[in-house]
Amino acid sequence: MDLNPLRAAPGEAQRRGRRWATARLDRRAEQTLGALAVVVLILIAAMVATVFIKAWPSFSHNGLSWFGSGGDVDEQLRAMQRATPLPGHSIYYFRAWPLIWGTLLTTGAAVVIALVSSTLAAIFLTEFAPLVVRRVLDPLIRLLAGIPSVIYGLIGILALAPWINEHLISRSRKESVAYVVQLNGANLTTATLILTVMILPIMVAISANALEAVPRSWQEGSIALGVNRWRTIWRVSLRTARPAIIAAAVLATARALGEAVMLFMVAGSRGFAANPLDGLTFLLEPVRPLAATIFEESDGLTNPAISHTIYAIGAVLLVSAAMLSLAGWASKQQLKRFGIGI
Amino acid sequence: MATAAPAVGPPGPVIAGGRRERTSSWPLADRVGYWLCWATGIGICLITLGIVVFMFVKGIAYLKPSLFVESPAAEAVQSRSGGFLDPIVGTLIVSILGIAIAAPLGVAIAVWLSEYRRPSWLARTVESAIEVIAGTPSVVLALFGLLIFSEGFLAFLSQRASNGSVYGRSFFAAGGVMAVLAIPLIVGSTREALSQLPVRLREASYALGRTRATTIRRVLLPAIRPGIATGTVLGMGRIIGDTAIIKILLGVALVNEGVGHVPLLSTLRGTGATLTTFVFENSPAGEGNAPQKAYAAAFVLMMMVLVLNALVTWLTGRSGGERSKPRRWWALARLPLRSGR
Repeated sequence: MDLNPLRAAPGEAQRRGRRWATARLDRRAEQTLGALAVVVLILIAAMVATVFIKAWPSFSHNGLSWFGSGGDVDEQLRAMQRATPLPGHSIYYFRAWPLIWGTLLTTGAAVVIALVSSTLAAIFLTEFAPLVVRRVLDPLIRLLAGIPSVIYGLIGILALAPWINEHLISRSRKESVAYVVQLNGANLTTATLILTVMILPIMVAISANALEAVPRSWQEGSIALGVNRWRTIWRVSLRTARPAIIAAAVLATARALGEAVMLFMVAGSRGFAANPLDGLTFLLEPVRPLAATIFEESDGLTNPAISHTIYAIGAVLLVSAAMLSLAGWASKQQLKRFGIGI
Repeated sequence: MATAAPAVGPPGPVIAGGRRERTSSWPLADRVGYWLCWATGIGICLITLGIVVFMFVKGIAYLKPSLFVESPAAEAVQSRSGGFLDPIVGTLIVSILGIAIAAPLGVAIAVWLSEYRRPSWLARTVESAIEVIAGTPSVVLALFGLLIFSEGFLAFLSQRASNGSVYGRSFFAAGGVMAVLAIPLIVGSTREALSQLPVRLREASYALGRTRATTIRRVLLPAIRPGIATGTVLGMGRIIGDTAIIKILLGVALVNEGVGHVPLLSTLRGTGATLTTFVFENSPAGEGNAPQKAYAAAFVLMMMVLVLNALVTWLTGRSGGERSKPRRWWALARLPLRSGR
């Protein structure tokens, strides 16, 4: 419809023709944009398919024991590199448990620590912080979120790890486990600490966002009943924002799971299943999570056995991360019940 | 009752009966919680400041002007191993390439998702696909990219080895995968900006007889320019900081090695380095082990991140327009995670 009065009124037929033409143009625009959106779908499908096809030999040779434990995973990878299978096993022989255990430990510990501290920080940011403090904290947390992981890794390996090596690991402790693993500053604790700092900003962001969206009248109702500020936050605000906090934790888990460079640099880079029975030494034992393993072995991708194994690890990460993202998305949907969309 | 909340800024402590509630009347457990909140907040401040100051001190100590103009060289002696000219160029190439692919694609997807979303099942699927991309570890994206770019028909984007297999590692490959990394951010912030636009803007345009396509092109896109820019800058920050994709898709060379003789194309088809891999390779974990170079390069990287951060702050200050509520930075952090209403 051209209703512009400044333009000479065209004849009826002409007008209908133009209307038809613009409608067609509109439809074409919609189709083009839609097609581009579908490209993303195809990309995802292609990614899942190709990674799994490439990963299949490793899974099919090892079956479900792929996820189990058995032998030294580093030795298995070296055997693939040399193209000489370990005695009595196929070249694809691979038991990923130490790597999976390392991933679970670093990710789990970091998320638990970050969950507590991010919730406290979010409460601080939305409820207690004076304007001045908040003006400083806001950009700082955003900066923290933007620091590249290689810089975290660099700080870890050049500052934190040597310090831990010198002050927290005594000689006797080193000797106590020397027959299985060598201890140094790059270990589970270092990795967990830095990973916590890395995932903290995103969690603070989501939690603070949800806390901020809690209807003010709900808090006021609670305060009016004589409940103090802290209890109000605890009972009303946090409970309302709980789905968002869970979503934050889930999404941070996905991020921690995929962190490769930093963990490769500061986790000790040793395919060792840290043993909780070692007492406190457990915290100082080296690990190497799945993503870091991909990063380390990526030089050997021309070697077929290594490359199938690496893609198998990638497939495991892909599936876990995808499930986590969707879970995070789903838990955020709950918030809509309260009319809070984040 | 705290009805008279300040119009701008945070809710602040609730004013009960005109005065600030005192924590001294609280039970001990509540007071502990209150102080824990303060401790975490200040702790995060200190950690961040510590990191920034540490990087500044170390970076300025080891930064020399010559580092910016010399190419890296494989040399055991640090004074002769050159600077990081090539990595800086590499970082620029990868981020420009990545953004050049991601920005149009991301904006197009966002516009389709917000303005058309027909059929709706497809729109929902695309939404969750973007959610999945946002959560996919970048190492996995890199592995996938390597498979794609090693396909024979994409040989023109990298190089062929002597045995006929396609190498699959090049600036093209790295830029392409980096685009995938940036798309969720651009989609997120474009949609956010679109949802903030007042409905009357669209209504006015339709009332003038404009079609939806024209409205988008002439009215909506110009209005959300700051939002698109924000997404682009966020995506750039993500691209600049990524190491895994570079290591797998660009190789771990120190200098940018071209393939063929066409000037620009040869570089883009060739392998190279970026600041992140330079830092990695010069750290004790890499092969070079030249911590001073690593610190200096990390400082440059950090400065880039700071500049991008400042840009985002500036852009978000500009966007929003007349009607929108004052925006908080965390509105940005959740961008890639957003789902449609």
